[in-house]
Amino acid sequence: MKPAAFRYHAPRTEEEALAILAAVAPEDGRILAGGQSLMPTMAFRMARPAHLVDINGVAAFGLLAAEGGVLRIGPCVRHAMLGAPLVGGPLGALLGTVRRHIAHLPIRTRGTFCGSLAHADPASEWCLVSATLGAEMVLRSVGGTRRVAAAEFFQGIMTTALAADEMLVEARLPLLAEGTRSGFYEFSRRPGDFAQAMAIATFTLDGGVMSAPRLGLGGVEDRPCRLPAAEAMLDGQPPSAALFAAVAAAALPGLVPMTDDPHRLRLAETAIIRALSRAAGLPE
Amino acid sequence: MSETRRITLIVNGEHREAETPVRQHLADFLRGTLGLTGTHVGCEHGVCGACTVLVDGHAVRACLMLAVQAAGHEVTTVEGLSLADGTLHPLQQAFCDHHGLQCGFCTPGMLTTLVEFLAEHPAPSEEEVRLAISGNICRCTGYDSIVAAALAAARALRGDAA
Ligand SMILES: Cc1cc2nc3c(=O)[nH]c(=O)nc-3n(C[C@H](O)[C@H](O)[C@H](O)COP(=O)(O)OP(=O)(O)OC[C@H]3O[C@@H](n4cnc5c(N)ncnc54)[C@H](O)[C@@H]3O)c2cc1C
Ligand code: FES
Ligand code: FES
Repeated sequence: MKPAAFRYHAPRTEEEALAILAAVAPEDGRILAGGQSLMPTMAFRMARPAHLVDINGVAAFGLLAAEGGVLRIGPCVRHAMLGAPLVGGPLGALLGTVRRHIAHLPIRTRGTFCGSLAHADPASEWCLVSATLGAEMVLRSVGGTRRVAAAEFFQGIMTTALAADEMLVEARLPLLAEGTRSGFYEFSRRPGDFAQAMAIATFTLDGGVMSAPRLGLGGVEDRPCRLPAAEAMLDGQPPSAALFAAVAAAALPGLVPMTDDPHRLRLAETAIIRALSRAAGLPE
Repeated sequence: MSETRRITLIVNGEHREAETPVRQHLADFLRGTLGLTGTHVGCEHGVCGACTVLVDGHAVRACLMLAVQAAGHEVTTVEGLSLADGTLHPLQQAFCDHHGLQCGFCTPGMLTTLVEFLAEHPAPSEEEVRLAISGNICRCTGYDSIVAAALAAARALRGDAA
């Protein structure tokens, strides 16, 4: 028994969960979702919440549905559920690829998508997906609901727009248009470890040139970021190894890495080139 | 005083009911409260895999789940893998045949992780097996014999000649 003592709450509805959270938030009461980050932190006693609000018994939190152009992801959707067979289309293909890089099988069966976003580790794969695709977060407390774009949600290392009494009740990922190509590349020391650097690229190919390109980088800055200048260099151009190398080289000087570590920047450069090459179907 | 709860759950097919402190994790509950010491506790923060058990058929880290969260669920530990008459599960038999264990500390977690994996991937490649156990640390075998055992078990479970 390594965690410090806490009071345990197991609400059955969203209203009940938010009401308990409002009451216990001033005493560092926290939501317990998959527990795959919170439980280790409590075992080390780096976190000593006085209350845990376990949301796993709220049936409605299992929401996972493609509706109105977005994939709606509720707070109890596990890493293992994102991708085929539950999520299809180009977005499902991308999520299924990314999912394999998150921890290990027995952690993916419990850990949640929304928990990853709330935890906001700069090296979290789901945070990078959300930032790159422009996800919208639905935050709710007893006081009301607000919608926050990914670019405003992630505010730094393990820091988000969530207030202590607020819950991420849904993440909305824009569906990728039919025919969208995507590529993901991650450097980590061992399979399942957090990323040292990773990149996602998506675009469509129309008449041999790239359109609607998106490029995101994670594990390098204190939060995942999109690279708009790099996207502008790609837009309307045919994919080529030379272009991808130029785009990656141009992206580096603007980065503010978490650590003063030239090696990480080299990994970032290569991750960008490889993610783009994978999306284009070019050799890496 | 630490808060406690009375919970009921199914463990290895048997109905169990017990009192547990809410801060007790499932691995300590299985070992200390129910006396099922087959589940091992290594790191207690999710990285070693020794505590892995099946909850409703899915491999989970028993050190990262509270015992109270298992209330109403079905848990299978390494003790529940063999048949009632003691016949080993094909995966356990393959571990014996291929020297898939030495000290045995990692073995319960290896077995529970691979049970779910082989059910979903009946004909895995060696590389896929290595990835499947990438979250289970073994300090003895060097993994080769575990991978060989898993591949042999996959063949046996498919009904191919070993
Ligand atoms: C060995 C190991 C390896 C790992 N490797 C990776 C990896 O490679 N990549 C990766 O991204 N992650 C990794 N993780 C972390 C894992 O993905 C976690 O599941 C994830 O970070 C948090 O999700 P959770 O559901 O487990 O959240 P919890 O641990 O339950 O909660 C984490 C935090 O978020 C808060 N929270 C949770 N849900 C909500 C919500 N809906 N609204 C508001 N607040 C909420 C909690 O209060 C807590 O503060 C690893 C974990 C382990 C143990
Ligand atoms: S004891 Fe649970 S993973 Fe190590
Ligand atoms: S057999 Fe000793 S740790 Fe694996």
